[in-house]
Amino acid sequence: MDELYRDEILDHYERPRHYGTLAHADCAHSEVNASCGDRVYFEIQLSPDRRRIADVAFQGRGCIISQAAASMLADAVIGKPLAEIEALDQQAMLDMLGVTLTFARRKCALLGLRALKTGLYSLRAGESTS
Amino acid sequence: MHDSITVERETRRPVRQPARLNVARIRQDFPIFDVPMYGKPLVFLDSAASSQKPIQVLDEMDHMYRTTYANVHRGVYWLSDQATYLYDQAREQIAAFIGAPAPENIVFTRNATEALNLVAYSYARHFLRAGDEIVLTELEHHANFVPWLVLARERGVVLKFVPLARDGTLDLSALDALLTPRTRLVSFAHVSNVLGTITDPAAIIQRAHAVGAVVVVDASQSVPHMPVNVQTLDCDFLVFSGHKMLGPTGIGVLYGRRELLEAMPPFMTGSDMISSVSFDDVTWNDVPLKFEAGTPAFVEAIGLGAAVGYLKALGMDAVREHERILTGYALQQLGGVAGVAVIGPTDPAVHAGVVSFTVEGLHPHDLATLLDRDGIAIRAGQHCAQPLHERLGLAATARASFYIYNNEHEVDALIAGIEHARRRLRRGGRTHG
Repeated sequence: MDELYRDEILDHYERPRHYGTLAHADCAHSEVNASCGDRVYFEIQLSPDRRRIADVAFQGRGCIISQAAASMLADAVIGKPLAEIEALDQQAMLDMLGVTLTFARRKCALLGLRALKTGLYSLRAGESTS
Repeated sequence: MHDSITVERETRRPVRQPARLNVARIRQDFPIFDVPMYGKPLVFLDSAASSQKPIQVLDEMDHMYRTTYANVHRGVYWLSDQATYLYDQAREQIAAFIGAPAPENIVFTRNATEALNLVAYSYARHFLRAGDEIVLTELEHHANFVPWLVLARERGVVLKFVPLARDGTLDLSALDALLTPRTRLVSFAHVSNVLGTITDPAAIIQRAHAVGAVVVVDASQSVPHMPVNVQTLDCDFLVFSGHKMLGPTGIGVLYGRRELLEAMPPFMTGSDMISSVSFDDVTWNDVPLKFEAGTPAFVEAIGLGAAVGYLKALGMDAVREHERILTGYALQQLGGVAGVAVIGPTDPAVHAGVVSFTVEGLHPHDLATLLDRDGIAIRAGQHCAQPLHERLGLAATARASFYIYNNEHEVDALIAGIEHARRRLRRGGRTHG
């Protein structure tokens, strides 16, 4: 049958990784797709030298693609340097999912990435003004 | 050569006149049903978003571009004269289709959204003052909400909403309390594009007129599917889109009462809508051209004329009856599937061929994607009605909609597709969220 809902994606949807909340978060951001109600909320904790993601947690509700993508993303970014996260673009996220998506579904797949990156960006913005 | 008044062009393929809708025969007129989806037959259940086109409409426009094309209203030569004649004829056909007194009541726009914006701009913005009231409903499409919202913000006009009743119909008992001496305009959808609710316009129009308000009817989901007569309705404005009724994209209609159109200032300005222009002055053209600036989508208008001809040959009573029976079947079948909840009225007499539903544990997006793989096209999301979904407390819904080319087998395919999607994804369900 179709690859879009292969076992790996369904697994990430049913048993999302890093789901929940952090004891201490350096930044957090929520993204909502207003046209369908999909939402992803990411909390990020940085390493002591503030150059890596030490821990991450997300919460959310919505379609399988949006939630599975957030879970895969959470898995992928733990321990990674911020510079590498910044280089994570839309195509990299879609490659991570590894499926062909219609134009309309791409927003679902990218919701988590937007939440994560916007959270990190706000942290940077805060730092540069302090 | 040709006499521009008497020339008759043969349509390429004559439209049949069945006593009741012969769907199998109708489907033969639609080339798209020959296109397989992932190797399966196309089951198109999204006509509420936009309808498919019969060869008669396609041929009419193609023939126009190939043999009779030139700009309208301008040239003295035969091609332009003939194009103008056919454009005028399309306007007459459309006026007759909705029972308008004259073609001058018909303004061509890009779509219903533009028609509503025209009323908001040229009527409401011009005649309404701060503190004046506009009555809408909770089930409006964004096109019949956002222009009024913007007006409210800019002009201090007050918006009020006829509430939804529990069964998905409008609670018209609340209407009298909403209508006041300050109500200047009432605008509502004849048929809801989400709930399928058919609202009897008479109940609203009479009471609105009694307080001196003008009434706008959003007929986007009604004109394509049932008989609509603007004089019987006695509405002041009525809007619909060509692409939802077998016509091409890029053409829509605003019907307006003559006195109102004549009193209103223009919407877009430029050529065609003027009578005379000098360096320091301009006079407007007569209605309806006053509201049609620039080269119109005349080929598309002619295409819409052909669509109207096609529908007229079927008979709008027959179209409505076909959908009433099909919707009744769909409501019954969906009602029998565990975990499926249909929103909107349960009575097919007031439920047009638009059926929105939720499936427990299955997000509409995922359902729609899996149905797509079975060749079935439905809509998922909020269907351009976010306030309504907020009111219903639903993040998103799935929507199947029917037209003249759908049949009971396709409803069965939808049911089977829902079951198939659930089986495909059933692995114990989610632990979080």
